[in-house]
Amino acid sequence: MASIPSEYPVTRQRRGLGDRLGDHGLKAITLAAALAAVVLLGAIVWKVLELAWPAISHYGLSFLTSATWDPVREEFGALSFIYGTVVTSFLALLIATPLAVAIALWLSELAPGGARGVIGSLVEMLAAIPSVVLGLWGILVLGPYLSHHLEPWLHEHLGFLPIFGPPSSTGTGMFTAALILTIMIVPIIASICRELFLQVPNELEEGALALGATRWEMVRGVILPATRTGIAAAIILGLGRALGEAIAVTQVIGGGTHITRNIFGPSDTIASKIASSYQGAASSLEAASLLYLAAILLVIGLVTNFVAQVIVRRFDPLRGAR
Amino acid sequence: MSAATPEFSLRPTGRLRRRRIVNRIMETVGTLAALLAVAVLGLVVVSVAVRAAPALSLDFFTQPPNIFGGPGGGISSAIIGSALLVAMATAMALPVGVLIAIYLTEFASPGVAGPIQLVLDVLNGLPTIVTGIFVYGLLVIGHGQSGYAGAFALAIVMLPLVARAAQETLLLVPTALREAGLALGVSRWRTVLGVILPTTFGGILTGAVLAMARAAGETAPLLFASSIFNPAVSTDVTHALPNIPVLIFTYSEQPDQSLHEQAWGAALVLMAFVLVASLTAKALLARSRRKLGQ
Repeated sequence: MASIPSEYPVTRQRRGLGDRLGDHGLKAITLAAALAAVVLLGAIVWKVLELAWPAISHYGLSFLTSATWDPVREEFGALSFIYGTVVTSFLALLIATPLAVAIALWLSELAPGGARGVIGSLVEMLAAIPSVVLGLWGILVLGPYLSHHLEPWLHEHLGFLPIFGPPSSTGTGMFTAALILTIMIVPIIASICRELFLQVPNELEEGALALGATRWEMVRGVILPATRTGIAAAIILGLGRALGEAIAVTQVIGGGTHITRNIFGPSDTIASKIASSYQGAASSLEAASLLYLAAILLVIGLVTNFVAQVIVRRFDPLRGAR
Repeated sequence: MSAATPEFSLRPTGRLRRRRIVNRIMETVGTLAALLAVAVLGLVVVSVAVRAAPALSLDFFTQPPNIFGGPGGGISSAIIGSALLVAMATAMALPVGVLIAIYLTEFASPGVAGPIQLVLDVLNGLPTIVTGIFVYGLLVIGHGQSGYAGAFALAIVMLPLVARAAQETLLLVPTALREAGLALGVSRWRTVLGVILPTTFGGILTGAVLAMARAAGETAPLLFASSIFNPAVSTDVTHALPNIPVLIFTYSEQPDQSLHEQAWGAALVLMAFVLVASLTAKALLARSRRKLGQ
C-alpha cells in the first residue's frame, strides 16, 4: 500500500508579498474606479439639484404648472416647455416606433444574408451622425422643404384638425423637431429590437411556420408577444433620448413660450430652452429657473433610463444574473 | 389507366389568399422601412457633401475663422481645439473605463456588478445637456469656461461607452486562459494584466475609437464649458477652446449665408471623421474577434 513518502513533506508555501499586494492592489484600484462611476452619478444629481435649489425653493412645484416665462417681470414657469417636450417626443415616437420595429423585423427575419450586414451597419451609421449636423440639415434643408411642400399639403387636406394649422414660414417648429428626433431614435429602437428578435428561440419560430403560419402570422403570434416588454423598454430608451436631445431641437424648433395646438408652430422643449440660453441669463432668478429646468430633465432622464434598463436586463444575458 | 384530373386548384383562394396577401404587404412594409432609413442616411450625407463643397479649400483647413465674421477664413482653430478636447477626454475616460471593466468581469460578485452596471447604463442615457450643466456647476462657476472643463464633460459622456466596450471584450476572453494562468501558479493580478488584458487590446481600442467618434460630435456638454472663445488658434486649456460642434451650432443660428457655408464645411469634416472612425472601429472589432476565435 503506497503512502506519501515522508521525505517530501507537504508544506504550505506562502505566496510572495508582491503577489499578495498585487492582487489586493489591483482589486482595490479597479473597485475605486467602479465606485468613482457611482460617485459621479451621485455628484451629478446632487450638483444639479443644488444649482436649481434657489428656484425650487422659490417656486416649488407650481413651476411645473405655470406657462409664463417673462424675464422682464421675472416670472418663470416650465409648462410651455413641458408641453413642447411632450408634443415633439410623442410625435417622434409615434412615427419612429412602427418604422423601427419594421426595420428590426426585416433585419432579423427577412433580410437576405448579404444585405443584412450592410443594411444593419447603415442603420447603425444613422445613429452616429452628430446631432448638431442633423440639426444643421434640419434647419437648412428639411425645414424649408417642409414649409413649402409637406406642411401646406397637410394643412390643406387635414386642416380641419386643429393640430395641422397654418404652415410655418421658415420651416422651424415642433413638426420639424419631431421629424429630426424621429431620425435620431429610429436606429436606437431598431437596434435594441433586432437583438430581442434574434433571441426568440428558433424552435418556436419554426414551429409556427411548420403549423402553416405565414411569416407575418409567425411574427405576430410568436415574436412580438415574446418580446413585448423588451420592445416597451426600447421605446422608453428612445423616449429618454428624444426628451433629452437639446442641440438639434434648439436648431429647428424655432423658440417660443406660448402653447399652441398647431404642430407647425414654433415652441421650445425643456432641453432646447436650456441650450438656447447658454450665453447667459438676465437675472439670477432666470438662471436658477433654467437650472430648475435642468433638474426636471435630470429626473426624467433618471426615471426613463432606470425603468428601461431594469426591463432590458431581463432579456440580456450579459446584463442579467450571470 | 387514365390519370384523374384534380378537381381542386392549387391556387390559394379565400382565407388563405387573404393571409398570403397580408403577409406580402407586411414583408413589403418591412423592406420599405429599412430602405427609408438608408435613404435618409444617404440624403443627409449627400446634402452635407454637396453644400460643403464650395467651402472647401486649403484655407478652410489652415486658417482660423475671419474675426469680423465675413467670408474667408477657415476652421483650423476649431479642428485643433476639437482634437485637443477629445484627446484629453480620452486620456481621462479610457483608463477609468478599462479599470471599471476589469473590476466588473474579474473581481465583482454578481450582486455588486449588477448595480454598478446599472449606474453605467443610466449614466450613458442621461441627457448630455445635464452633463454640461453639472460640469458648469462644478468647474465653470467661479473659474470661467476652460478646455479642461470641456474635456471633463466629454469624458463623462465617453466613460460608460468605453467601460461597456472593454467589458464585452473581456467577457470574450476564454476562461481557459484565466485557468491556465492560475494553474501555472501565476497570481491573479499578473494573469489579468499580463495574459488577459493584452488579448483584449483590439476590442478596447474599438470601444475607444467609437467613444471618440461620439464625443467629437457632442455639442451640449461643451455649450456651458467651452463655447465662448476667441476664434484664433489656441492650445491653452485653461481657457475655452474653439471646437467644431459649437462652431456649427452657432453658425447655423446666424442668418449669414457665408457662415452657413462654413457650417456645412465643418459638418462635412465632423461627419467624415465620425464615419471613418466608425468604419475603422468595425474593422478592428472584426479582427479582434477573429483573434479571440469567436
